[in-house]
Amino acid sequence: MPTIPLPSGHLAWRRRTPRAVLLRWFGWLLGVLLVVQCWEIMNADTIWEFVYDAPTQAGDLLGRMWPPRWSVLEKLWWPLWDTLNMATLGTALGVVLGVPVAFLAARTTTPSLAIARPIALLVIVSSRSINSLIWALLLVTVMGPGVLAGIIAIALRSIGFIGKLLYEALEETDPKQIEAITATGASGAQRIAYGFVPQIMPTFAGISVYRWDINIRESTVLGLVGAGGIGLQLNASVSRLAWPEVTVMFVAILCTVAVSEWVSARVRAAII
Amino acid sequence: MLRVRGLTKTYRSGDKALDGVDLDVPRGQLMALIGPSGAGKSTLIRCVNRLVEPTAGEVMVDGSPVTGLGGGALRAARRRMGMIFQEYALVERLTVMENVLSGRLGYVGFWASWMRRYPQADVDEAFRLIERCGLGGMHDKRADQLSGGQRQRVGICRALIQNPALLLVDEPTASLDPKTSRQVMRLLVELCAERNLAAIVNIHDVALAQMFVQRIVGLRAGRIVFDGAPDALSTETLTSIYGEEDWNASRPTEEDEEDEAQARAIATRLAAEAR
Amino acid sequence: MSATTTGRRWRPPPFIANPWLRLALYGGVALYLALALGTLQVNWGRVAEGLVRGWAFVAAFGSPDFTSRWAEIQEGMIESLTMTVVSTVLGVALSLPVGLGAARNLAPLPVYLVCRFIIAASRSFPEIIVAILFVKMFGFGPLAGMVTLAFATIGFMAKLLAEDLEDIDEAQVEAIRAAGASWPQMMVYAVQPQVLPRFIGLSVYRLDINFRESAVIGIVGAGGIGATLNTSFDRYEFGTSAAILILIIAIVMAAEYASGIIRKRLQ
Repeated sequence: MPTIPLPSGHLAWRRRTPRAVLLRWFGWLLGVLLVVQCWEIMNADTIWEFVYDAPTQAGDLLGRMWPPRWSVLEKLWWPLWDTLNMATLGTALGVVLGVPVAFLAARTTTPSLAIARPIALLVIVSSRSINSLIWALLLVTVMGPGVLAGIIAIALRSIGFIGKLLYEALEETDPKQIEAITATGASGAQRIAYGFVPQIMPTFAGISVYRWDINIRESTVLGLVGAGGIGLQLNASVSRLAWPEVTVMFVAILCTVAVSEWVSARVRAAII
Repeated sequence: MLRVRGLTKTYRSGDKALDGVDLDVPRGQLMALIGPSGAGKSTLIRCVNRLVEPTAGEVMVDGSPVTGLGGGALRAARRRMGMIFQEYALVERLTVMENVLSGRLGYVGFWASWMRRYPQADVDEAFRLIERCGLGGMHDKRADQLSGGQRQRVGICRALIQNPALLLVDEPTASLDPKTSRQVMRLLVELCAERNLAAIVNIHDVALAQMFVQRIVGLRAGRIVFDGAPDALSTETLTSIYGEEDWNASRPTEEDEEDEAQARAIATRLAAEAR
Repeated sequence: MSATTTGRRWRPPPFIANPWLRLALYGGVALYLALALGTLQVNWGRVAEGLVRGWAFVAAFGSPDFTSRWAEIQEGMIESLTMTVVSTVLGVALSLPVGLGAARNLAPLPVYLVCRFIIAASRSFPEIIVAILFVKMFGFGPLAGMVTLAFATIGFMAKLLAEDLEDIDEAQVEAIRAAGASWPQMMVYAVQPQVLPRFIGLSVYRLDINFRESAVIGIVGAGGIGATLNTSFDRYEFGTSAAILILIIAIVMAAEYASGIIRKRLQ
C-alpha cells in the first residue's frame, strides 16, 4: 500500500501506486477495444433487418408453438428409451475406458512419467475439448446414423471427464496409507487395489453418476446430427416446421433432464 | 538379526539424513531410537525396508541382504519386516479385518486379495490377533470409526500378521494420549517377547522409552551418539543428543506436551465420532 | 483361545446390508442391461463398412489438411473466437445483477424469484436447442450464436455467484456494517473481496466452455467453426476435419494453460 507525500507535508494513502493505476486503466482500455473489435468482426455479415424483426419473430414462433400437439407424445416413448440407453451405456463404456486412462495419467500411479503420462493427458484433453455432438457428427459420418454412434460419442466425451477428475483424485490420495501397504510387501497391483481404490471409491462413484446426469442432457440432442434418441424426432419436427410438436418435445426433454438431475443428486447424497 | 553397516542417505536437496550408521539388533530385543526431529530416525527405519532408498551402506536381515534387492525379492524381504506408523496409516475406508489381512498381501496372489479370499489359516490368525490386541468383535467395523488407540492396535495386528522377524515402529505414540500411549507400548513389549521379535521403535518421549525398552540408541544429525541401557542415559548424554537444555526444569514442558497430545487425541476422537 | 477361533469364516460385509434390497438392485441392473442391449438396433453391415472410413479418419489425423480449405477454416475460427469473447463479456456482465438478485441473503423475495427463474430457464435446455430458437429469431449467423452463449453464461455464472454470495462470511459483513457503511459500501468492502477471485476464475473457465460450445452451435446455423466442420464431414474431407479438430484441441489446451496461470495469480 503506497503512501504519497503531499505538499502540505501529510502523507496521502492510496490503494495503488500511480503507475499501477495507469496500467490498470490501460488494461481496461485494451479489453474494451478487444470486445468492440470482436463485436465489429462478428457482425460484419449480420443482416440487421432480421435482428430488428426478432421480437415479431419470437412472438410469431410462440404463437405457432401453442397449443402443443400432445398426441405426438406416443411417438416419443421409444426415442426416449433410446436416449436413456445412449446415456447409460455410453457412460458405462466411458467409465471402462476412462479409468485406465486416469491411472496412467496420475503422477502417483503412472507406470512411466515420460511416456505413459503425457499420452494419457493428451487423450484426456482431446476428449474434453471436443463436444459429444461433434464426436457424434464424426461417428455418424463414419459408421452411419443410429444409437451405436450415439453411445460411442457419449463414451468418447466421458473418457476425458472421468479421466481428469479421477486422476486428480488419485494424485490427492493419502500417501501414508499407500506407504503402509507397500511396507507389507504388496505387489504393484495390490498397492492399487488396497491403497488407492478404497481411497478414490466415493469420488469415483460421484463422478460417474454426475457424468451420467450430464450425458442424459447431452444425449437428448445427439439426434440432431443423426445419432438416435429424441433429438432425431426434434430435428424432423423442426425441419417440417411442426412447432406444436416441438413444444411437446421440449417438455419431454425438460422432464427427462429434471428427473436425471434429481436421481443423480439423490444417489450422490447417498454415497457421500 | 538386523545388521546395518555404513548406512548413508543424502536427499536430493543435499540434506544428509544418515551418515554412516552402524547398528546391530539381536532377536528379541526392543530398541528405542531417540533424537530430535530431523535427526534421521524416520529415514533410518524407512531405509531398512527401503521405503526410502539408501544412498550407500548395507542392511542385512537374518543374514541376507535387503539392499540391492529388486522386484519380487524386495517384496519377499519386506514381508519379514512389519511396520507400524505414527498416524496408524490404516486404509480408512476398509474394515478392521481387511486392514489386518492386508498384512498378508505379500503372501497371497492378486486375485485372492482382490476377491478377499484369504487362506483360512490367515483368517484364523487375523481373528486371533484381533482378539489378542483387545479388538474382539470389531472386525467388521470400518477403520475410520475407531479411536486412536484402537487404530494403532489394528496397525500392530497388520504388522504382526506378516509373521515378521523384525518390527519397525515409527513414533507409535505421537498421536495418542499418555494413557493409551502406555497401553500401546506395553502391548508392543508383550508381543515382542511372545514372538521373540527384534524391534526398532522411534520415539520422542524419552521417559516413555526408558520405561519400556531394554536398549536406547540416540541419533543426532544422522550419526549414532549414544547406545546403551536406559539407565545409562544421563543428563550429559541427553544434552549431547538434543542440545543444551535444563533437563530437570523441563518437567512442566513435558506435561504441556502431554496435555497437548491428550487434547489432540480428544479432538481426533470427536472428529471421528462426528463423521 | 486359538481353539475358539479356528475355522471361523470371514467374508467382507456386503456393500448393501439389506439382502432383499441388494438382490432387487442387482436384479434391476441386470434386467435393464438385458433390455437395453436387447433393444439396441445396430446395422452391423453399415458399421463394418464404416470401419474402413473410420480408419481413413484416424489416418487423416496423421496428415491433417490445413491448406485446401484454409480460407473457410480461418473465417470459422475468427467467428468462433469473436463470438466467444463477446458472449462471455456480455454474459458475465449480465450475470452480475442476476446473481446478486438470486442470493437469498441479499435480495428481497420477488427479485429472488425472478432471478432464480432466469437461471433455471437458462440452465434447463442444452445450448444447441436454445441456438435453434435464436437462429429462428435472429436469422443465421454468429449473432444468434453469441446470444445463445451469452444466455447460457448468465445461468452458469449467476448460479455460482449466488451460491458464493449465500456462503459469505457474515462476520465480515457485520463488521463493515458496524462501521456505519451504506449498502453499496458494504458490497464493495465486505462482499466483493470475498467472492471476486473465484468469480474471475469462473469467468475464465466459462470463456473456455464458450469456445468449445461455439464449435458446436454452428451445426444448426449459429455461426462459428461448427458449420465448417459439419461441411467437411458431409464432404468426407477428413483431412480438413482433422485439421479443425486439432486446432480446437490446441486452442482449448492453450486456454486451459492460461486460465491455470490466471487462477494461480489470483490466489
